[in-house]
Amino acid sequence: MSVSDQEELAAATPAAAAATPATVGRARGRREALYFARRNGKLLVGLGVVLAFLVLAVVGPVINSHGPNEYVGPPAQRPSADWWFGTTMFGQDVFAQFVHGLRSTFLVGLLGGALAAVIGMVIGFTAGYRGGVADEGLNMLTNVVLVIPTLAVLLIIATYLKVRGVVPEAIFIGLFSWPWVARAIRAQTFSLASRDFVDLARLSGAGGAKIVFTEIAPNMSSYLFMTFILLFGGSVLTAATLDFIGLGPTDGMSLGLMMNNAVLWSALPLGMWWWFVPPGLGITMIVGALYIMNVGLDEVFNPKLREL
Amino acid sequence: MSLTVDNLKVWYRTLRGDVQALDGVTFSVADGELVGLAGESGCGKSTLGKSLIRLDARMRHVDGTVELDGKELPIGDDTAMNRFRFKEVSIIPQYAMSAMNPTRRIGRLVVELLESRGVRLAGVREELLRRLELVGLAPEVLDRYPIELSGGMRQRMVMVLSTLLNPSLLIADEVTSALDVSTQKAVAETLVDFRDRHYVKSTIFITHDLSLVYQIADSVIVMYAGRLAEKAPTDALVASPRHPYTRMLLAALPEVGVRYGTRRLAGIPGSPPSLLDPSRGCRFRDRCPLAFDKCATQPPFTEVAPDHHVACWKAS
Amino acid sequence: MLRLEGVSKAYRVGTFGGRELVAVSDVNLEVRPGQVISLIGESGSGKSTIGRMILRLTGVSGGRITFDGVDIAGFKGRQLRAYYRGVQGVFQDPFSSYNPIFKVDRALELVRETYFPRLGGSQWRDKVEASLAAVRLDPGHVLGKYPHQLSGGQLQRLLVARALLLDIRLLVADEIISMLDASTRIDVLNLLGDLKARGLGILFITHDLSLGNYLSDQAVILRRGVVVEEGPTERVFGQPRHPYTRALLASVPRLDRKWQRNGRPVRQSAGEGG
Repeated sequence: MSVSDQEELAAATPAAAAATPATVGRARGRREALYFARRNGKLLVGLGVVLAFLVLAVVGPVINSHGPNEYVGPPAQRPSADWWFGTTMFGQDVFAQFVHGLRSTFLVGLLGGALAAVIGMVIGFTAGYRGGVADEGLNMLTNVVLVIPTLAVLLIIATYLKVRGVVPEAIFIGLFSWPWVARAIRAQTFSLASRDFVDLARLSGAGGAKIVFTEIAPNMSSYLFMTFILLFGGSVLTAATLDFIGLGPTDGMSLGLMMNNAVLWSALPLGMWWWFVPPGLGITMIVGALYIMNVGLDEVFNPKLREL
Repeated sequence: MSLTVDNLKVWYRTLRGDVQALDGVTFSVADGELVGLAGESGCGKSTLGKSLIRLDARMRHVDGTVELDGKELPIGDDTAMNRFRFKEVSIIPQYAMSAMNPTRRIGRLVVELLESRGVRLAGVREELLRRLELVGLAPEVLDRYPIELSGGMRQRMVMVLSTLLNPSLLIADEVTSALDVSTQKAVAETLVDFRDRHYVKSTIFITHDLSLVYQIADSVIVMYAGRLAEKAPTDALVASPRHPYTRMLLAALPEVGVRYGTRRLAGIPGSPPSLLDPSRGCRFRDRCPLAFDKCATQPPFTEVAPDHHVACWKAS
Repeated sequence: MLRLEGVSKAYRVGTFGGRELVAVSDVNLEVRPGQVISLIGESGSGKSTIGRMILRLTGVSGGRITFDGVDIAGFKGRQLRAYYRGVQGVFQDPFSSYNPIFKVDRALELVRETYFPRLGGSQWRDKVEASLAAVRLDPGHVLGKYPHQLSGGQLQRLLVARALLLDIRLLVADEIISMLDASTRIDVLNLLGDLKARGLGILFITHDLSLGNYLSDQAVILRRGVVVEEGPTERVFGQPRHPYTRALLASVPRLDRKWQRNGRPVRQSAGEGG
């Protein structure tokens, strides 16, 4: 007899049924998740790192009195009490650049990730629920977008646009990073849509969209949450790459742009490590922390992975 | 051969505690006997079957002994049991249809299985072909992949595999549950054939279907909530059941011929007790119409008629 | 009331949908008000497909299904919802019929959202309690619970209660008791019998002949998508004419008759020789 039979047996008796209060199941599910969440090292550490950077991104530009591109001091200074991260080749405050760059990084991650998530979900749910011709068509679309060399396309687009901002950059990234999301959601939707409770919802007069939102998506809520986190991290990384090769926003500052400038002005041979190490480390830590958070979340939501 | 089970206790470890799936089971099976082990879901019949061959790692052998042909079976030790599996005790598992590796041809599967027991195919090849013919499978089936066979054919293939080395004891765990009525009959009759031709010495046939047990089993054991309720020769059990649970179970079967309008059958109200921390007394007490004070203590499994054992104060 | 005329269903299978799999072929069926029809067949007979077609969960490839004379294939939106007011279904696996992350009340709530949006809280509660009483469930035992906290029998009865909320005239019961224990099966069956006495028509789909015989007025035997025999239950079971029906009846294990092989019983009792 399987363990689930045992649990079923243990739960489905008059005595057990009377003992458990009505709200326990759902609340217990949430409490259980919270319980494990609070004890999961990976989740806590990852979340902590991301939040720390977020605070810095929000607060930093405010406490800094000068802008990122202002010439505030002697060029090429090492980090000191006056300039925490030193100055650039032109005398700009690296720390100011850093905190402004963090802002745009988070913005691009949020926007790009959200856009990709929305597109992926719409396509994934539609293909998975409807099947048939719609599925075939959307599959083809997904495959095409998957195969397109993102960087090449972005290069071409960027060449044509004279002025580029953070929001368009986020949109570009969002438009190209959703295929894996659509695939995964489609697969899960397929399996959920064949369950009897979906049929029963149809027999209750519910339409397709309502069923997807109220029956299928809630069953995948933890997965959708993790998807968003991964998309966020992916967006940050792609944006940093774009900025580094000079295709980023033409105004404002970003971490990738900092690194681009540092390389352009020979920071490495000149030993100006304070110019490129902070942004590089910043990106690595944020994206790394997000991925570690994801692994931790997986353990929280999936009881089988927990280390008991 | 003979099988003697004495006070067997097997529990499952779960997050919520120990589920006492088998709580002190004692019985014996004679040489050449086909015993039907019947009961509803959660009664422990599958646990009993699996514990005799120890295939489920979550089981914890708490107490009791099992003796086969006078030798004690090391059912608490997974590795030690390996010697006995397939040669002396064999099982046709539930969902046997999915028991074969889909990426291997069946012939290769047979060779691997035999080699793991130190038996060369050459020695048993002729016997294998003979048995395939007995169950109605062509020899070409050995060159096929499992997915190319129908459900019934796969079931029969697994039956041949499980009995190839002539085990003393065969455990058939719900082998007919997922089958159609006609295939069910063929499979059940095959079990009888295996016994009649001495491919196996004795068989324990686990099922929830009492009518099926009536057709092929020599004697029947009825289980409830981890304990034995009644054991008797089949005809005696069906003609004069002594345990209230057996009686109510038999009365709840809608046989072909009974119509709702003419005779309204009654089920058994309530549900089986939780085995996480079961009560000390008779486990059927809460649902039994004959329950009285003495039922607060567990009735012993006593013999009330020749070969007819019951665990009920009212019956003994 | 419900009528199937020459209904067929074919699926496209194989790579690129080259081959065709015929699940149901030219089936004619009729369910009159207050009648219980057993649709009996083994796996692959197409019985579940017919149930799904009647419930508009799958489309019809050929022929037509009419309810009160109107072809149901064209129903959309409001018409479909009106259809579901008259026809509902209960399926085989009680644990798959409920969304595991929500309480079982939700199945009833969905009905309220579509069909009784303006009903007041206490009126709705009364309605629910009346339905639960009809299936002999105690509201205190089942409401507010999660599916895994209830037994299969309770869940199935709750599904019948859900259907009863709508004043249905036909219930499609697709193998609803095959996953239940023997002791609870008969309770659900008796419940269906009571509902039939109150005028509900039931299409009882099953592979188990004894269950079909217990409850139904008419029996329809299906084999590989084709109707091989049909008629009043007592006649089909008492004097089966088609060889398939006879073979089916002979294979059913019964407590009052032993299987025979070559003139001798399969199981030799002690003292019967062999």
